[in-house]
Amino acid sequence: MGLLNNIFGPSAKRAGVTQLPSGSITVDRTGKIISSTVSSGYPVDILQAVGKEVMALMHEAHAAQMSLAEVSVHFAVLRITARELRGGAIIFLFPQTALSPISN
Amino acid sequence: MEVQHKILVLDDDADWLEMSRDILSQLPSKPEVRTATSGKRALAMLDAEPFRLLICDLKMPRIDGLQVLTIVRRRFPELRTVVLSGLEDDEFRSRAYALGVDMFWLKTEMQGNLQMYLECLESLLGRDQAAGFRGIQSKGLMDIIQMECLARSSTVLRITRGSLVARLWIKEGELVDAEAEGARGETAFLRILTWKSGTFENLPAEPNRERTILKPVNALLLESAQAIDEKDGDAGVSNETVQIHRRTVWKLSLLTRAGAEFVVAVPPEGQGAHEAMGVEAQTAGQYAQWTRRATAIIKRMGDAVDAGPLLHLDASNLERRLLLIPGENKNFLVGWLPETGGGLLEKTKKLVASWDS
Repeated sequence: MGLLNNIFGPSAKRAGVTQLPSGSITVDRTGKIISSTVSSGYPVDILQAVGKEVMALMHEAHAAQMSLAEVSVHFAVLRITARELRGGAIIFLFPQTALSPISN
Repeated sequence: MEVQHKILVLDDDADWLEMSRDILSQLPSKPEVRTATSGKRALAMLDAEPFRLLICDLKMPRIDGLQVLTIVRRRFPELRTVVLSGLEDDEFRSRAYALGVDMFWLKTEMQGNLQMYLECLESLLGRDQAAGFRGIQSKGLMDIIQMECLARSSTVLRITRGSLVARLWIKEGELVDAEAEGARGETAFLRILTWKSGTFENLPAEPNRERTILKPVNALLLESAQAIDEKDGDAGVSNETVQIHRRTVWKLSLLTRAGAEFVVAVPPEGQGAHEAMGVEAQTAGQYAQWTRRATAIIKRMGDAVDAGPLLHLDASNLERRLLLIPGENKNFLVGWLPETGGGLLEKTKKLVASWDS
C-alpha cells in the first residue's frame, strides 16, 4: 500500500529532466543577456552560462586569428547558432527533433 | 609630400661605391644615397640618422658584412637590407638569408640584370615599413609554395640551388608558370620540387606572365610527392621513412580530392601533437589550440543545457567555412573555401573517416 505515493507523492525524488530552451537571446561582449525570447520558465542562470560560453568560443577564435561571423554548435538534441553582433552576439536555440532539418 | 628615402651603401671598394651611386641615382624615387667603406662607419651612420635601406658587401676587412648584418638586424629591425656580394658560394647566400636579409644579389648578376635589380630595390623602398615579417629559415620548398598560395600572393619566387636558378610565377595564389633547367610549365615545377635544398627570394609580381600551368598547385604537389615516394622506395630508404612519407602522400591526396583547404587533427591534451595539412605550421598550432579550447567550452555548454553529445560545429567568416568534428581519438578541424559547393558536412565526415585509415 502507498506504493504510488512513494513514486509520485511529494516525497518522491523528481526526475532530473528539464525542457530544452527554444528561442533567442542577445548578449553583450561579456556574455551578459540583454534580451531574450526564451520562455521565462527556463532557468536564467543556464541561459546566462550559454551566453558566456558562446562569447568565450568567439573570443578564443579571435585570439587564434580566425574571427568568426557565425557559429553553429550541433548537439544531439539542441542546435545553438550564434551570430556576431556589434561585439556581442545573437544566439538562437533550436531543440532538435526527428523532424528538424539536417543542416549541411 | 613624398618622402625621400635614404640608402646606405657599404663596401670597402671606393670605386664600387662610386659606381653604386650612379646606378642608384636611376631609381625612380630618387633616394638620397650615402656610402661607407667600413662596417664601423656604417653602424655609426645608422645610429646617427634613419635610413630605409642598407646595401651591404660581405667580404670586408675587420668587421665583415655578415657581422654588420647581425648587428643591424638586432638594432634596426625595420631597416631593409640587401646583400650585394662577389662571393658566389651558395653558403653565404644561405647564411645571409638566415640573418633575415631581404635580398641577395651577386655583383656579376646585378650588372647583367640591372633593370631587375633596380625594380627590386624600388619595391623594397616602397614597401610599408610596418607590414610583414622577415626571417624564414629552413622551410621546405613545398611549405614556401603553399604559404604563398594560401596567402593569395602575386609574386615571382626565384629559387637558387648552386648554379641552378629557377623561377615560379604566382598570381593571386595560383601557380601560373615555372621555369627551371631549360624546362617550362609543369615539367619545370616538378623538377624544382626534387631539389632538396637551396635559397629563395621574392621578386616583384609579373601579372602579364603567360599561363602554362593549369592544374591546381595542391594536385602538382601531390604528384611530386608520389614521384619522390616511388623514387625513395626504389633507393632503399628505411621502411619507417617510406611509411611516414606514404601516409603524408595519402593524406595530401585526401585533402586534394575532397577540395578542402586544410585539416588539423587534434588529439586530447597531453596525448600527442596535432597534425596538419594545407596550413602553415604556426597557424596550424593556433587552430589546434582553438580546437582544444572550443571542445572544452562546448562540453561545458552541452552539460549545462543537457543537450547531449556534440555532433559537429559549423562556423564561418568571410574567408572560409570551418567544421569541427569530434572523432574517436581526435577532434578534426577542417577548413573550406567559401566557393566550395554544398554537402560540406558529408564531405567533411568522409574526409575525417578516411584520415587515419
